[in-house]
Amino acid sequence: MQNMTPTDSTAEKNIHINQGTDQYLTFMLAGEEYGLNILNVQEIKGWEGATPIPNTPDHVLGVINLRGTVVPIIDLRNCFGLDKSDFGPTTVVIVVKTRSEDNTERVVGMVVDAVSEVYNLNEAAIENTPSMGTVVSTEYIKGLATVDEKMIILLNINHMIEVEVGKEIAQLPN
Amino acid sequence: MSMDMSEFLEVFFEECSEGLDVMETGLLNLGNGEVDVEEINTIFRAAHSIKGGSATFDMHEIAGFTHVMETLLDQMRSREREVTTAAVDLLLESVDCLREMIDAARDEEPIDEKRVDDLKKRLEVMLENKEEGGGADAASEPEAEAPATESAEGAKKGWVIDFYPQPDILKTGNEPYRLFDELRQLGELNVVCNLNKVPNFKDFDPEQNYLGWRLQLITTVNEQRVRDVFSWIEGDCDISITPLTDEAAASESKASAPAEAEAAPTAQAEAKAETPAPQAAAAEKPAPAAPTAEAEKPAAKKPAKAKKKPSGESGSIRVSIEKIDSLINLVGELIITQSMLSQFTDEFDMSQIESLRDGLSQLTRNSRELQETAMQIRMLPISSSFNRFPRLVRDMSSKLGKKVELVISGESTELDKTVLEKIADPLVHLVRNSLDHGLEMPEKRRELGKPETGTIELKAYHEGGNIVIEVVDDGAGINKERVFQKAVENGIIAPDEKLTDEEINNLIFEPGFSTAEVVSDISGRGVGMDVVRRNINELGGQIYIISEEGKGSTISIRLPLTLAIIDGQLVKVGTETYVIPMLSIDESLQINPKLIKKYKGKIDLYKLRDEYIPVLRLHKIFGLQTDVTNFEDGLLVVVEAERKRVGLFVDELQGQQQVVIKSLEKNFRKVDALSGATILGDGTVALIMDVASLIRQHLLSQGKITNTSLEAA
Repeated sequence: MQNMTPTDSTAEKNIHINQGTDQYLTFMLAGEEYGLNILNVQEIKGWEGATPIPNTPDHVLGVINLRGTVVPIIDLRNCFGLDKSDFGPTTVVIVVKTRSEDNTERVVGMVVDAVSEVYNLNEAAIENTPSMGTVVSTEYIKGLATVDEKMIILLNINHMIEVEVGKEIAQLPN
Repeated sequence: MSMDMSEFLEVFFEECSEGLDVMETGLLNLGNGEVDVEEINTIFRAAHSIKGGSATFDMHEIAGFTHVMETLLDQMRSREREVTTAAVDLLLESVDCLREMIDAARDEEPIDEKRVDDLKKRLEVMLENKEEGGGADAASEPEAEAPATESAEGAKKGWVIDFYPQPDILKTGNEPYRLFDELRQLGELNVVCNLNKVPNFKDFDPEQNYLGWRLQLITTVNEQRVRDVFSWIEGDCDISITPLTDEAAASESKASAPAEAEAAPTAQAEAKAETPAPQAAAAEKPAPAAPTAEAEKPAAKKPAKAKKKPSGESGSIRVSIEKIDSLINLVGELIITQSMLSQFTDEFDMSQIESLRDGLSQLTRNSRELQETAMQIRMLPISSSFNRFPRLVRDMSSKLGKKVELVISGESTELDKTVLEKIADPLVHLVRNSLDHGLEMPEKRRELGKPETGTIELKAYHEGGNIVIEVVDDGAGINKERVFQKAVENGIIAPDEKLTDEEINNLIFEPGFSTAEVVSDISGRGVGMDVVRRNINELGGQIYIISEEGKGSTISIRLPLTLAIIDGQLVKVGTETYVIPMLSIDESLQINPKLIKKYKGKIDLYKLRDEYIPVLRLHKIFGLQTDVTNFEDGLLVVVEAERKRVGLFVDELQGQQQVVIKSLEKNFRKVDALSGATILGDGTVALIMDVASLIRQHLLSQGKITNTSLEAA
């Protein structure tokens, strides 16, 4: 649970800047609804395949050409340790622009099952992540929100991308 | 006066560093003997603009320091002073100091005041010497007199200046108040205004000056220094400067008395501090103790400074207006082509196909020209990197006691700014090496029947799509036996290995190799030739050495013109396309299965003429699915990096083309064995292989097998 501290402070900062209310884009992944701050979203596009990169972990599907920029694509199901499922007609790539703690900007695509809604969420409506012990890491979770009786898991996308894309050392074969 | 100056600051700093470069180059030319007045003028102008600029930005320390330098230069310019080596040395040192001051101002760090004061004093001492001794090169004379002058002036305690400017002084933009400000920096200043000439109000012309002043300056500086303050308006005023006597001082207002008391001890202290300085500054051959002390100081400062550098270095770029104009022209043409092509979108029938084709080929031409011109903007002449060498060689050769002539050619050759920045350090290393290890001492050269003065040549020229930089020296060359032995000792090669002369020479680029028996402070500090080679390889370049024992060495660096675009060979592995840089490819061939041998049942070796090279199956390394697994079905691309050769087994070769390198690191991270990605004509991404890293990584994972150790197999 030592990971809670940085997560919380980032959340607080965001809320402060936007004076209480933020817009969140939500998407579906294995039946659950996840949300991320809409300011991080650059665009949403269909899945058209990617060029695989050798010597990288499984959740990195490869890179695509996004109008002249080479953008890595990650499989969010794989990141979250969920079962693999085939890419269907609703499968989309959410292209996010993130800023890591050391101020590096990254544009990364995330493959998700489907996009869902855009919600206005007030700071007060976001609950802290409950303690889940050591079984599940809550490192990427910024908080939980309830909209129309549904629970939405809000992601700390800056931190998540930094860990999943930036920090991990490439795995060597053998 | 609350104008926002910050946007001009950056420009000022840039101009300063340009000015400093000009000064340094000029001073080095002066050092070569012949005194060219135009050269001194150039240096003077550079110093003057730095002084002016820094005063504008309220950097009085810099302005004050530059002023002293300027005074010395002015005397040289007006032939009042001879250009001596000592003076040039001191000025060069001052340029260094000034550079540090400006860097400090940019980084908003405190200035090393002790060093500045020290240098300033030495400059002032030199200025005084001329006055008393009539020539700084008469070393012994001023030396003896300097302390005497000091003490005499110390007793005088200052100057009375009667200053009566001409009535039209204000029209020429000279503000007396500023002069007083400047005087005030020299010491305690009392100003008494003389109003005698002020006319009646009806005759008063507000643009005229009617005032005169009597100034009392309590200071230790000499008359010349005071005069310098007025040097701008000397022709426009009546000025008389007389020593301030004790009686005069006493008869002046009481207020100045305590200040005087204060000034007196300082004057003595300064006089004491300065006494040893003139010996070092004025002597033709500097005493051994003084220069070492000086040399240590900047060296100690270095590590802290070095860290700051990169941030300031790659900020902006100066582009000639010509390049910009041609770029804009091309954009204009592109727009015309575009509007022409857009006509076809409205109504199109087959009769227009010919003009459509014309339009498209025009578009192709436009975009290619646009690409080339845009690339040109990043190109800078290599002179910006070469220019630092005259100084380096001068300083080092005097330190080592060697005589060296540096010949630079092709300094207008242009190459990419990034390449230029990254090549700078390796080049310095190579030149240092040539000087330290290459060239012999003058006596030895005489014995060998060579001219005493050694030559180091720096050359740059274009060859094909590459730029070649050469460092040539006529020194001792490489001692092959010693290199061979050292390589055996360090386990780089086996004792019974047979190598050609060229191969032996190039051993010096291997990691962990240094033949320098004595580690001097110039070379042998751990940054070896292997680091140089690695840096060059990272830039996609190659380095090799040609050397003849006793006659000298030539180190050649071959670099791509730009980092943004490379010539690539597209290869297919499974469903994926990879790009291999053409520079790393030796040859591509069809595999004769009979020539494949298995080593330890694991590694495939291919007998390429009289050499065995390891074969890497790319589909295995990259974890790809392919139908082509039999050697006879695919092709072998023989690549070389860092003197190691391997064969890459691929499915098929596709075209060769120029590819634009896109960074993987920007959005992702560095990936082993890949140097980047590119976008192919069909919009898909292809990955560019980093052959050196691929070989390194592979040979590492397979244990220590290199082709050299397998040659005997």
